[in-house]
Amino acid sequence: MVFASTLDGPSIPWVELIPILSLLAGTCFLLLVGSLVPTWPRRGYAWVTGISTTVALVANAVKWNNLYYNKGATYFADVIAIDRFSVLASITICLAVIFGALMMSAYLVRMNADGPELYALLLTSAIGALVMVAANELIVLFLGLEILSLSLYLLAASNRDREQSQESGLKYFILGGFSSAFFLYGVALIFGSTGSTKISGIGQVLSGSISIGNSDAMLLVGIGMLLVGLGFKVSAAPFHVWTPDVYEGAPTPVTAFMASAGKVAAFAALIRILAVGLEQRVDDWRPVVWALAILTVFTGSILAVVQTNVKRMLAYSSISHAGFILVGVEAAGHAGSDGIATSMNYLAIYTVLVMGSFAIVLALSGNTDGETNLSDFKGLAKRRPALALAFTVLLFAQAGVPLTAGFVSKFAVIKSSVEANSYVLAVSAMVAAVIGAYLYLRIAVSMWLEEPESDSEISVDPAVVIVIVVSVIATLIVGFFPELLLHATRLARFAPL
Amino acid sequence: MHASFPILSALILLPILGAVLITVISNKHLEIVKLIAMLFSVGVGGMSIWLLASFKTDDSGFQYVSQHDWVTSWGISWHLGVDGVSLFLVVLTGILFPLVILGVDPHHDHKRYLAWLLLLEAGVMGSFLSLDLFLFFIFFEIVLVPMYFLIGGWGYDKRVYAATKFFLYTMLGSAFMLVGIIATAVLARRDIGYLTFDLVTIAEQASFATNTGRWLFVSFAIAFAVKVPIFPLHTWLPDAHTQAPTGGSVILAGVLLKMGTYGFLRFGLYLFPAAAVWAKPVLLTLAVIGIIYGAIAATMQTDLKRLVAYSSVAHLGFIVLGIFAITSQSLTGSVMQMVNHGISTGALFLLVGMIYERRHTRQIAELRGIQSVAPIFSAAFMIVMLSSIGVPGLNGFAGEFLILIGSFQSARWWTIVAATGVILAALYLLWAYQRVFHGEPDEANSTFAEMTLREGALIMVFIGLIGFTGVYPKPMLERIEPSVDKLVEHVVSHSDYKAPTTPEVVKPESTKEEGH
Repeated sequence: MVFASTLDGPSIPWVELIPILSLLAGTCFLLLVGSLVPTWPRRGYAWVTGISTTVALVANAVKWNNLYYNKGATYFADVIAIDRFSVLASITICLAVIFGALMMSAYLVRMNADGPELYALLLTSAIGALVMVAANELIVLFLGLEILSLSLYLLAASNRDREQSQESGLKYFILGGFSSAFFLYGVALIFGSTGSTKISGIGQVLSGSISIGNSDAMLLVGIGMLLVGLGFKVSAAPFHVWTPDVYEGAPTPVTAFMASAGKVAAFAALIRILAVGLEQRVDDWRPVVWALAILTVFTGSILAVVQTNVKRMLAYSSISHAGFILVGVEAAGHAGSDGIATSMNYLAIYTVLVMGSFAIVLALSGNTDGETNLSDFKGLAKRRPALALAFTVLLFAQAGVPLTAGFVSKFAVIKSSVEANSYVLAVSAMVAAVIGAYLYLRIAVSMWLEEPESDSEISVDPAVVIVIVVSVIATLIVGFFPELLLHATRLARFAPL
Repeated sequence: MHASFPILSALILLPILGAVLITVISNKHLEIVKLIAMLFSVGVGGMSIWLLASFKTDDSGFQYVSQHDWVTSWGISWHLGVDGVSLFLVVLTGILFPLVILGVDPHHDHKRYLAWLLLLEAGVMGSFLSLDLFLFFIFFEIVLVPMYFLIGGWGYDKRVYAATKFFLYTMLGSAFMLVGIIATAVLARRDIGYLTFDLVTIAEQASFATNTGRWLFVSFAIAFAVKVPIFPLHTWLPDAHTQAPTGGSVILAGVLLKMGTYGFLRFGLYLFPAAAVWAKPVLLTLAVIGIIYGAIAATMQTDLKRLVAYSSVAHLGFIVLGIFAITSQSLTGSVMQMVNHGISTGALFLLVGMIYERRHTRQIAELRGIQSVAPIFSAAFMIVMLSSIGVPGLNGFAGEFLILIGSFQSARWWTIVAATGVILAALYLLWAYQRVFHGEPDEANSTFAEMTLREGALIMVFIGLIGFTGVYPKPMLERIEPSVDKLVEHVVSHSDYKAPTTPEVVKPESTKEEGH
């Protein structure tokens, strides 16, 4: 504890910050040296990004191992919580950054626009994400959210030659700002009601018998606002409307990163707030999450049916996945549930699936990054059978076909949901998954059962090949041996209050 | 453990290995690809026949059990076993696949076609052998993928529509079953003490509250009802059958539909005996509706393949009737009829496929007088058709007779209505035969080629099986009966159901006079 009377700031355990500092160092290096040295070797920027993220990844892995004997702790006057939950989320995000950087390098090489700016933005957004997943304080969480979001707005609009990219960035910016306002207002109301902005502090206040300010309505409205703000970030229906447009317009590597790291960070924050801060108010937020989950799984899968652009299809599928994760979050609202572990499990698997899928979209999207219509995928099996096979594995995994990681993730959240007696939710989610499967089948039909429209050579960048191969192999390994990942996610616990 | 060699695991893993080998071999070596597909499928077939021969007839439990931990934190294991209920389905799978691989030419993309077929075989084998709910679900569901591509890639005009419909329809059923499976394991934990998806453990040790058991049963029943298919969930079947390539149709009718009826036996009656007894009237009624409806719909068809597809709906109605009549004979008959239907309908689809190869049409109206130009072909068709109708001396009779005689004891009125279905079967099949094979051939049909040696050899295997089972069903009955009796006992001891006391005269051993 820090005494307010002293002028000393909190002691700073630099070691705990290595992941964030490493990303920050990478950012500074890119921006400073990048502007000083005009011509870098090919993919030099990507290497810097990759190395600094790998350092962060290794630091996180070491931390994970060190947390074996304790449950983690909070630092910096309790505003940052380093526990297995945040470390697992950080590892997932770091993986997403590495995948993102690989795809980005392929994208920039093809567009002939290699430069340090996008990589720097990628790293800053990752810093925001890492802050979000570890934040134990709502204002710090908000800072992380804004760092992440502002970088993503810029990244989304970064393709200056494509109008949709500009539109995507602007749309994301305006709606994102709107949702941030909701979030911030929610923080204010919760502070007003509980007198604390610390997530664990809120939990302690709410578990005490005396309620400060005795305004229950204020707290409830605050919770609602927080849910709106984060619901927007995870693209839960009815706050999902931005998702298809932004995903379609943004450069494909950015879309992939946004869909994975952005979602992991927002979900990790949401879960920590709900499960730690609002644990005592479980009966208040659980029905809301229940409704959001049902609405989201159905919105995502039903609207996907009529899409003709693969990026939009994947956007709707990511909405539907968000619904599935909400099913796990809802389960976490029941006593003795492993909903948190299964949600994290879903997020980790989803990250791999979405990265691999968008990598294939990137490989096919052509020099303008715009050839992502379903018709562009026609007859892919005849043009590039290996690519078609990889995409099929990833799509079927997203549909939840057994022996793929996607099945493991769905099975796990449904199991949590059933254990929590949320049968209606579990059945609804599965029915929605079947409707959603139609989307993946349509893409599979295009690739395997239709004739190609063009026979132009598809050249796949080696960086993209790495992403595709790694994600396909990971999908299959986890599909056949789920225990590997389940064991890790089961250990994802919060630091003690 | 009976044998040190894990034969059941090999039955599943060998086809997968074959498929992987085929995938990695270059397209240029088509002959090697075909050889590998043949070797692996024949090998699996041979192993399944060895299994049949070495199966202990006096053992009613699971044999050749193989159990290994898989996902320990969820209590999931690789648990395989075979008993009298699944044995013949395994053998049927083992025999049908090599016949399809050897006998049916897909015309294009042989490599992918054969790889999918082998994967399909692994999935089907796994479904019949799994003794773990999770494992069963995986195989049950994974089967959709190869079948989807087989219909979509090598089918007829509306193949994409049919394949998608098949996939989504079946997946919808499985969605309920998945929730049911998880709920079963989670609820059974209270009785067992730990989380396990093991079928035998749950069935023997757990008991479910009346209403819970019913809900769980319903969740499984939906999946199986779609798969069988039971009226009114059958609408995917005519499309899938008609659009599928010949090989796909044979497999679909031969073994895939049996996964539904087998599921009712293994995961309905065995797992939820009390709920199955409770649901008996509904399922019996739907089965009888299916029999009559399927027969009437078949009569009205103008497309020969669609006719056979609807006849499947009727035949599977009989099997479901036998299952939910829950007597020793009716269940024995149902298991037997599952195999018989696989052989007869599989052969019918092969023959219809041959007709299509020659005439490029399946419209009954465009076919006539084939008997006079291709007498051997017509004779083969006639025998297979008679077996499908259930003429005494052929395999269809033994099964149907046992079902009817068994069901009559516990579900009299349903059985009486169902028996008319036998007559209807004769009506639509004979009428179709008359229109296609009798009369004078017109110009287009006068050049209808006679059966080739290869086709003849293929059909002879089916006819051999048809004749042998019809005349001498004892080897089959003595393997099926102990397990079925045990299942009936299990149902009786776990519910308030009282199996009708079996009069000695109608013991199945004494119902085979027709064969001598």
